[in-house]
Amino acid sequence: MAHASSLTSRRDALKCLAFGGAGTLFALAGGVLAPIEVAVAASDPQRASTLGKPLFLQISDTHIGFNKEANPDVVATLNRAIDEVNGLPAQPALIIHTGDITHLSKPAEFDLAQQLLSRLRVSELHTVPGEHDTTDATVSEYFNRFGKASANKGYYSFDHAGVHFVALINVLQFKPGGLGTLGPEQLAWLKDDLKGRSASTPLVVFAHMPLWSVYEPWGWGTGDAPQLMEQLRRFGSVTVLNGHIHQIVQKVEGNVTFHTARSTAYPQPAAGEGAGPGPLKVSAEQLPAMLGVTSAALVKHPAALRLTDLTIA
Amino acid sequence: MKLWTRFSTMLLLMSAALAPLTAYAGAESATIVMAKDFMFAPTTLTVKPGSTVTWTNQDGEPHTVVSDKGLFRSGALDTNESFSFRFDQPGTYHYTCSIHPRMTGTIQVQ
Repeated sequence: MAHASSLTSRRDALKCLAFGGAGTLFALAGGVLAPIEVAVAASDPQRASTLGKPLFLQISDTHIGFNKEANPDVVATLNRAIDEVNGLPAQPALIIHTGDITHLSKPAEFDLAQQLLSRLRVSELHTVPGEHDTTDATVSEYFNRFGKASANKGYYSFDHAGVHFVALINVLQFKPGGLGTLGPEQLAWLKDDLKGRSASTPLVVFAHMPLWSVYEPWGWGTGDAPQLMEQLRRFGSVTVLNGHIHQIVQKVEGNVTFHTARSTAYPQPAAGEGAGPGPLKVSAEQLPAMLGVTSAALVKHPAALRLTDLTIA
Repeated sequence: MKLWTRFSTMLLLMSAALAPLTAYAGAESATIVMAKDFMFAPTTLTVKPGSTVTWTNQDGEPHTVVSDKGLFRSGALDTNESFSFRFDQPGTYHYTCSIHPRMTGTIQVQ
């Protein structure tokens, strides 16, 4: 459909939503996405090899501890996802987990999740918590294990291969109506963190709940995200990654590409379909195609990033 | 009095599916059900000081009960798990499910 480096129109970018179920490659150049069907790339290894080394991989919503009918064995599906990642011909440099590592914030769930994730060939793991990871009475189980990077604040940044990564937390306070919140302290920290950085620095910003309004009646958004966007707008290439909604939804706004990832545990209904968000029961045959991970590669340094969604089917 | 309490608790349980906006309980104990439609039922509950309120999760999804003022906080309640808190002081207590924050409720103690 398109070469990795080619530009495409917003209309074409939106078309990739239709390919979501099968997995989609995304070439991002100057903030515009060019969708390529995974099947096309897979059948043309030569082209796939020109698409660049994966920079990082996003895994999300592993929900270790979930055992209801939508997926009675979330350990097995996570293991399949890990096998798929470990089998990639080129390993990414690092892995980002965008939250809901566990289902009920129980120590045993965190321990099992860490044990499973340690099987990844890529050892550099960066995390943000989901609201399912912070339900314990003292909100300490997540931070005891993953809080070091942020001095237990939940937000932090790091650099890799010229890309500036920003991890944000939006699950500790909620606006009336259920939207996530970043809060003034975190926004002030980010302002300081981004100050003096060149507008040509590619940014990857990740948090658990969507940092844009996917569907407000279900709380699928972040109330003070507009203040975040003001800070990101001057950058030439911004990729915003989230989990939470267990399905791929994306949009492009100027130089900012928003992308939500699949879960490795269970799918959720599309926005507004049914009474509310929750595990979606599908047939055992359908399930693997609705679970997966997202991989991202630098295509045209410094201002291009390509996202690839992989299912475990 | 005791009988009335039990009766009103039963009423609350029975009326959970209808999710009334306000209910009145007589005295020592009352139950709030977390139902399938992402609501606390009843949404507003009025009890006397010293009453113990028990939240029971009858949903397939886990829920929590978290006081807006930090007065109480359940852990994640999976299906059929419960959390109780005794309200000694008169006042209005708002709470939220931290997993599904559009689920909110109020306890009136008077």
